[in-house]
Amino acid sequence: MSAPTPLLELRHLTTHYVSARGSRVVAAVEDVSLRLHAGETLGVVGESGSGKTTLALTILRLLPPAARIVRGEILFEGEDLMRKPDREMRRIRGKRIAMILQDPMASLNPLFTIGDQVAEPIRVHEGASRGSAWTRARDLLKAVKISAPETRVREYPHQMSGGMRQRIVGAIAISCEPRLLIADEPTTSLDVTIQAQYLRLLRDLQREHGLALIFITHNLGIVAKMCDHVAVMYAGRIVELGPTRRIFDAAAHPYTQALLESIPRLGDGQRRLAAIDGQPPDLAALPGGCPFHPRCTQVMDRCRADDPPAFDVADDHAARCWLAARDAR
Amino acid sequence: MALLEAEDLVKHFPVQSGLFSRDRGRVSAVDGVSFAIERSQTLGLVGESGCGKSTTAKLVLKLEEPTAGVIRWEGRNLAELDGAGLREYRRSVQAVFQDPYASLNPRMRVGAIIAEPLVTNERLEASEVARRTGRLLDLVGLPARARDLFPHEFSGGQRQRIAIARALALEPRLVVLDEPVSALDVSIRAQILNLLRDLQAQLGLAYLFIAHDLAAVAHMSHTVAVMYLGKIVEIGDARAVAARPKHPYTQALFSAALPSHPDEQREEIILAGEVPSPLHPPAGCRFHPRCPHAMARCALDEPRLGPVNGRLTACHLYDAVTPEAAERG
Repeated sequence: MSAPTPLLELRHLTTHYVSARGSRVVAAVEDVSLRLHAGETLGVVGESGSGKTTLALTILRLLPPAARIVRGEILFEGEDLMRKPDREMRRIRGKRIAMILQDPMASLNPLFTIGDQVAEPIRVHEGASRGSAWTRARDLLKAVKISAPETRVREYPHQMSGGMRQRIVGAIAISCEPRLLIADEPTTSLDVTIQAQYLRLLRDLQREHGLALIFITHNLGIVAKMCDHVAVMYAGRIVELGPTRRIFDAAAHPYTQALLESIPRLGDGQRRLAAIDGQPPDLAALPGGCPFHPRCTQVMDRCRADDPPAFDVADDHAARCWLAARDAR
Repeated sequence: MALLEAEDLVKHFPVQSGLFSRDRGRVSAVDGVSFAIERSQTLGLVGESGCGKSTTAKLVLKLEEPTAGVIRWEGRNLAELDGAGLREYRRSVQAVFQDPYASLNPRMRVGAIIAEPLVTNERLEASEVARRTGRLLDLVGLPARARDLFPHEFSGGQRQRIAIARALALEPRLVVLDEPVSALDVSIRAQILNLLRDLQAQLGLAYLFIAHDLAAVAHMSHTVAVMYLGKIVEIGDARAVAARPKHPYTQALFSAALPSHPDEQREEIILAGEVPSPLHPPAGCRFHPRCPHAMARCALDEPRLGPVNGRLTACHLYDAVTPEAAERG
């Protein structure tokens, strides 16, 4: 069994974007609850606009001004981050919770050397001297498999390849030995073989440091390869949550089932893909009832009227679907 | 006779720098590439950034002129076509690009976008243009009222349908698909891949399909060609290449592909380093500095494509085992 207190626990977290006049409300994250223990990897999968990035920004409280955390709790190491003053949040970000963003070029400052940027969090969070922070920076670059770190620290981001930049961003993220690392589509801009190198690196770092990892991705292959648990998001909600193997073998939500069916697999020959009809919904104008019902092949009358809550379908496995209510225990 | 045949295609780009544009050498983006595209069939082109697949597509589209080599369309050399012949070729070969947000003019109505190739290429009555536009919309699964709307009123998947309708307006024989689904949401990709397959069956189209998603390429293609640093390293039946790759690079590439199930354990071949600069490609086999099976002769002799297990592979590992390769010496 896992540790009694989870590293991170979200309770009914809800984040909305509100337009300037308050006339348009986009429900980007709606009633999200989950738990993550130290050393575990959680995959958050969803399509664009499903709320997965807003969820990450909510955990870090890095939301843009138009966003409001409407309700919910973010318990990290037992403390509610919602109650922390901004000054304390700044000490947590980068030190205990770190984040890797999608575009490595945009997350590095082109005007500073690699050494300055890797050393910065160490100096800010730990008050280390420039010299000792730079020594640590060289070790970190070595840890993320950058060759010749002694010369690389004095170089600039434009002198690195895409894969190296992403590894440098990884080095910055782990520089203060965080407990939780949130990676938002960290490999989408990378080539297949470089992606494999990077995923292996993240897994090694995780094992060495006992990191908990949240992987935000649209790619179920990354989930299959990297994650212990999966949260499937649709229209701001977690529609299914459970152990990865169980989700792949016995998905309970029709959206998860359809998503798994719609992906071409190596070696499946020329089988026709099972496409999901329709489009992902507009979060400002959700259909009534279950937001997936207009695209669902198993829709019932009840789905058009009521938005289903999460039902437990097995140990550790829940689905937000009226069909699951039947099998719920 | 193949619909389109490329023989020893070469494309060099000059590299210039400095105030007086001194010549700094050249990049061989495509270096001696040969392939054939059969009627009603799909040739998939895979490889990582900088391998020359997009340049190959541009050569086929005649957006770039080859430095050397020949492209034959139904047996006729493109370089020898007169004006009328070239116009006919350009009508017969159309393209669909990755980003349907960038490839459609936001100021034009969908009807005008689709009709534009018809209006500029054929003298048609307005009623005939309207009839054909209606038929094209129907063909790609869009409602007739779409013609009066603007691109921004459509989702990514629907925009890609509009781009496909426009590409089909002149009844082409070959369509170049450059990453046609990578900008789309996961649940929409299967819709578009199925549509492309249906159109191929219905209209007898040939495709040159370029994508970095190996499973999607294997799913869509009859033949697949793997490129590395401007060369084809392996080409053959898509399912055979995907299931039992022979070239060490193809093996590494497919081993790095993400699994479709958590239990799918592939022996991962992690390649050392990154793709070298095409400005200074390695001598001998271009893959040898990263190849786990490199031998002394790989650094000296460049391997030629030769038959191995029913496909062509350019690798010295198979020199001894294939009598054909030995014969050619």
